[in-house]
Amino acid sequence: MSAPSLEVTGLAYAYPDGHQALYGVDLRISRGERVALLGPNGAGKTTLVLHLNGVHRAGAGHVAVGGLPVEKRNLQEIRRRVGVVFQDPDDQLFMPTVADDVAFGPANFGVTGPALDSRVRGALDAVGMAEHADRSPMHLSGGQRRRVALATVLACDPEILVLDEPSSNLDPVARRELAEVLVGLDRTMLMVTHDLPYALQLCDRAVVLDAGVVVADGPIRELLADDEFLRRHRLELPFGFRVPDA
Amino acid sequence: MGAGHSLHHPGSSVVHRLPAHVKIVVTFLLVLAVVATPREAFWIFGEHLGLLVGIWVAARLPVASIAVRSLIEAPFVVLAVLLPFAAAGPRVEWLGLSLSYDGLLAGWNILVKGTLGVLISVTLGMTTPVRDLLSGLGRLRVPGMVTTIATLMVRYLEVIVAEARRMRLARVARGHDPRFLWQIGPTVRGVGTLFLRSYERGERVHLAMLARGYTGAMPVTDDAGATRRTWARALVPAVVAVLGAATGYALT
Repeated sequence: MSAPSLEVTGLAYAYPDGHQALYGVDLRISRGERVALLGPNGAGKTTLVLHLNGVHRAGAGHVAVGGLPVEKRNLQEIRRRVGVVFQDPDDQLFMPTVADDVAFGPANFGVTGPALDSRVRGALDAVGMAEHADRSPMHLSGGQRRRVALATVLACDPEILVLDEPSSNLDPVARRELAEVLVGLDRTMLMVTHDLPYALQLCDRAVVLDAGVVVADGPIRELLADDEFLRRHRLELPFGFRVPDA
Repeated sequence: MGAGHSLHHPGSSVVHRLPAHVKIVVTFLLVLAVVATPREAFWIFGEHLGLLVGIWVAARLPVASIAVRSLIEAPFVVLAVLLPFAAAGPRVEWLGLSLSYDGLLAGWNILVKGTLGVLISVTLGMTTPVRDLLSGLGRLRVPGMVTTIATLMVRYLEVIVAEARRMRLARVARGHDPRFLWQIGPTVRGVGTLFLRSYERGERVHLAMLARGYTGAMPVTDDAGATRRTWARALVPAVVAVLGAATGYALT
């Protein structure tokens, strides 16, 4: 039995201004699982994500990725293992061309020459953006930018993909296309989102974070069918949406 | 507004195919030669322009596109035209106007050197994609921090301009229609907001770079070297221009 992709135990964190964001979070994600991280605004979702790749250092508790603890001396390897796709692709894509941007991550981790080229090609193929390799990210549509942002992280061959609001600002078609790409990747995924139907479509399991603690962890279908539970934690399905029968 | 995208004129000529760092060095030498040419050596400037025209022909650059891209110089032309009227010293009469002799020379100096400098830079920009320029600077051992800043500027200029346009649109949509200087307040506050937003975006970009293993140095991803032969051929116009400038000194 190999180590789980992600293991978080008793994670607590307070911002320098004293605001406590996390109060002892436990989370374990096995290899190959797709997990939705749900919760209202300010629940601590983003704070948790920034612990996974060592941007924030745990106040108390412990985070390990593929068995490797998140510590200062492992930081570079941890950042390779945790691929974070940020919410705004314009924050993520900063190089003059798509191919340069996809190469940025693996090049930082020491991949060079033909190996780097094949990483870039492989990642762009996986998201269906290979023919746009030499364009500027500025000239792509929102959905294409989102897929390129995903490719920049895939090129690092991460142990776990962390997606921050993957469906935000996408039109319905781009949203569906992204879902198809994500399902086709066959990777461990943690998806932070307010888009509950999207989470239901992509994930079997959901973890609900509210006020810095995990208030539920289980099959997403059951969680989303529990109106009373959703209301209690400021979660809400879109108007007219019902959890379809399995 | 598309910095770098509107400047570049794609092609496959000899000039286009030269490695970027070679072109940067040649450009730098050409500009130096132009600036060093004494202002009284009028015909040397003609020689410089002839060289440049030769490069344009080799690169198959359309003159109209060069002209459009050179419009950036316009404000300096205004200054150059004003100088003969404003400067002191002995004056000459021309078409009933009293012009300063020193002012005329100074104006000519700004005009000819500025124009040639802009034309040389535009030629570099039209034949070299921004990405290659940046990696070329890297090859020339320009500190990584400088090329990183330049890379980010090229990329985010468009993002920030787009953001500024959206903010202006949002102001206009609510009836803001500045016509006079004292109505400029909201625009100025908009600039302040834009600065803050850009600053915050900078922090997010940095965070996203860290998440992909950035440690403060840009990884080198391409490696296009230049042979001695390439250098020798590319340096010909620069050498001619430098010799021209030296001749100018000898003659004046």
